[in-house]
Amino acid sequence: MADTKPKKIKIPRAKMPEQDPDIRKRNFEEVPLGLTPEMAVLEASRCLQCKTPLCVQGCPVSVKIPEFIKLIAESDFSGATKKLWETNALPAVCGRVCPQEDQCEGKCILGKKGAPVAIGYLEKFAADWERKNGKDEPPVVGESTGKRVAVIGSGPSGLTVAGDLLLKGHEVTIFEAFHKPGGVLVYGIPEFRLPKEIVASEVATLEKMGAKIECNTVIGASTTIDELFEEGFNAAYIGVGAGLPRFMNLPGENLIGIYSANEYLTRTNLMKGYLFPKYDTPIARGKNVVVLGAGNVAMDSARTAMRLGAKSVKVVYRRSRDEMPARAEELHHAEQESIEFVLLTNPTQFFGDENGRLTGMECLKMELGEPDASGRRRPVPVEGSEFRIDCDLVVVSVGSNANPLLTNSTPDIALNRWGNIVGDPDTGKTSKRGVWAGGDIVTGAATVILAMGAGRAAANSIHDYLTLGW
Amino acid sequence: MAKIVNRKEMAQGTIILNEIEAPRISRKAKPGQFVILQADETGERIPLTMADTNPDKGTITIIYMVVGKSTARFKELKIGDEFYALIGPLGKPTHIEKVGKVVCVGGGTGIAVLHPITRALKEAGNDVTTILGSRSYDLLIMEEQMRAASTQLHICTDDGSHGHHGFVTDVLKEVLEKNDIKLVVAIGPIPMMKFCSLITKEKNVKTYVSLNPIMVDGTGMCGCCRVTVGNKTKFACVDGPEFDGHAVDFDELAKRLASYLDDERESLDAFNKCKAL
Repeated sequence: MADTKPKKIKIPRAKMPEQDPDIRKRNFEEVPLGLTPEMAVLEASRCLQCKTPLCVQGCPVSVKIPEFIKLIAESDFSGATKKLWETNALPAVCGRVCPQEDQCEGKCILGKKGAPVAIGYLEKFAADWERKNGKDEPPVVGESTGKRVAVIGSGPSGLTVAGDLLLKGHEVTIFEAFHKPGGVLVYGIPEFRLPKEIVASEVATLEKMGAKIECNTVIGASTTIDELFEEGFNAAYIGVGAGLPRFMNLPGENLIGIYSANEYLTRTNLMKGYLFPKYDTPIARGKNVVVLGAGNVAMDSARTAMRLGAKSVKVVYRRSRDEMPARAEELHHAEQESIEFVLLTNPTQFFGDENGRLTGMECLKMELGEPDASGRRRPVPVEGSEFRIDCDLVVVSVGSNANPLLTNSTPDIALNRWGNIVGDPDTGKTSKRGVWAGGDIVTGAATVILAMGAGRAAANSIHDYLTLGW
Repeated sequence: MAKIVNRKEMAQGTIILNEIEAPRISRKAKPGQFVILQADETGERIPLTMADTNPDKGTITIIYMVVGKSTARFKELKIGDEFYALIGPLGKPTHIEKVGKVVCVGGGTGIAVLHPITRALKEAGNDVTTILGSRSYDLLIMEEQMRAASTQLHICTDDGSHGHHGFVTDVLKEVLEKNDIKLVVAIGPIPMMKFCSLITKEKNVKTYVSLNPIMVDGTGMCGCCRVTVGNKTKFACVDGPEFDGHAVDFDELAKRLASYLDDERESLDAFNKCKAL
């Protein structure tokens, strides 16, 4: 293909206009400003429209990438969004938070010699255009099957299951423990990366398609899964997330000023602590902040701390730069916003004052030794290298374990030794008849799009069950 | 949903009772469990242990002291108004069994939390001595309900306006001396629970306390409510709220409860100013 249309490669990949780092690091508005229609059409024209598109193979939910891009190239932006909706209920979310460099864009043939098509930017563009200018026509759902499905958890996997099953004509009720739907999309990912208005709009689209959403309902506490079946549901999908933060079990870890990333981000995003006292939930505004861990959640925490007025924000990580698990773009954005990376460093204890408030922490320098089970070189402490970092706020972002609240109330669902639900890797089927699971509660903490991929697989399997049998 | 069907002011308007429509929660709730309430979209999520449930009516009862902005806002809600959010039942229920002679000690709004536990212990066949304390007799709540739920009842007031002139710990000591007590349940202000636990530890009598740390989600997701029990970190929302009083680090809990004192003051001042306008 490339040989027949060589001139297309010459158009440079679109550059996303962004808020200036020095300005954006003190506000909560979205960092990327979005492509203009002209930029989007030009970028879309770079797509080679491959006969066997590799990009689609790289997408966990098999978005019809060449087709939607072709519609953008033809300036049919609404058509492009409808094409996205055929396989993805959350395009405005995915266009923002997917690691495209490892997925669709990572496979794009243009990337072999130059820069891949900016598929993520185009997805975001189409979905945003439709939200602002569209005629508010939600996807058309299939003829009613009369079957009812309970979706437990309204995060990315639950919303995907809901969207897919609605399209197939099933009735869907989504149960959410918090007062707002969206799961990690509302409590976890910050406003500046994913505006909450966008999540609300994607959820509203599902509601227009017929989804019922019951917030403030903790399945496992007020109602069990068996009771849902008694109430007439024909199948259930569990997508409750990981949801039990890990701490490091270090001396002083319960001092005031030490937060789990979950708490820090929930207070800020869901409870809108950054708007205190207009909103009632307070959030500590640290001057000297340390974030422990180096994943995407750690970057979200560090950039949030900067926006809450920190003088300095350090990311302390025990391995080296190459092993930092966050997306390259997140690391880049963080560095642009004056976040400092303190690498090969591991905390050993925290210090506080007589009121139990954090004043500092002790760290050890590390060096890289032999590779460990993960294939990464194991960090080994350098003896006698202890040093102190003064800080008044620490965010612990070293991952999550499986939350047992729902699984404890459902004893007939098989768990692995970490408490995660055992789900069939291809279908998400659990050991309990009529119950599927997917996302972080099965895999442990992962990405939005992987959870959506699991939701897609489960929705197909649930549909087979409802129409053909277990 | 979450509509207030009954409301009462107690202790000269400093303590409020709300009976709230919550059919699912009322059917499932057991003594010792809590709910999380939010008055409006901008509000804070407040954990409150249930004082009673009525599965037939489909209601739960909460009793809270007005201390800050959130509870001041709760106080404004009238019969017929709805809470913006209500979830539960959360936390582990109290372990109720027949052990023989039991003492229940309550102070402040802790008495409300103690009420269903006391009743359940008595219904399980225990001989229940209840000791209630308050600063002054006119601030004491639920005397009659607690009398009905107990085998015998003692009242203590700091100012001597009724019953024993002094602290609940004085009477607790006496009861422990004279009886073969198998279990003590102490629920109230942190100093009360701390000193009750110190006394019962000397006598080696098993003691439950119910903790009220700051929470956000209440389902184990955030770790805000972590408490040190037996040198281990526990989440009060999923591992508690009830713990072995002999193992709890009460001083740490008291400090953590003061995490946001300045913010809470700012929030309450703004609220009062707003109301005055």
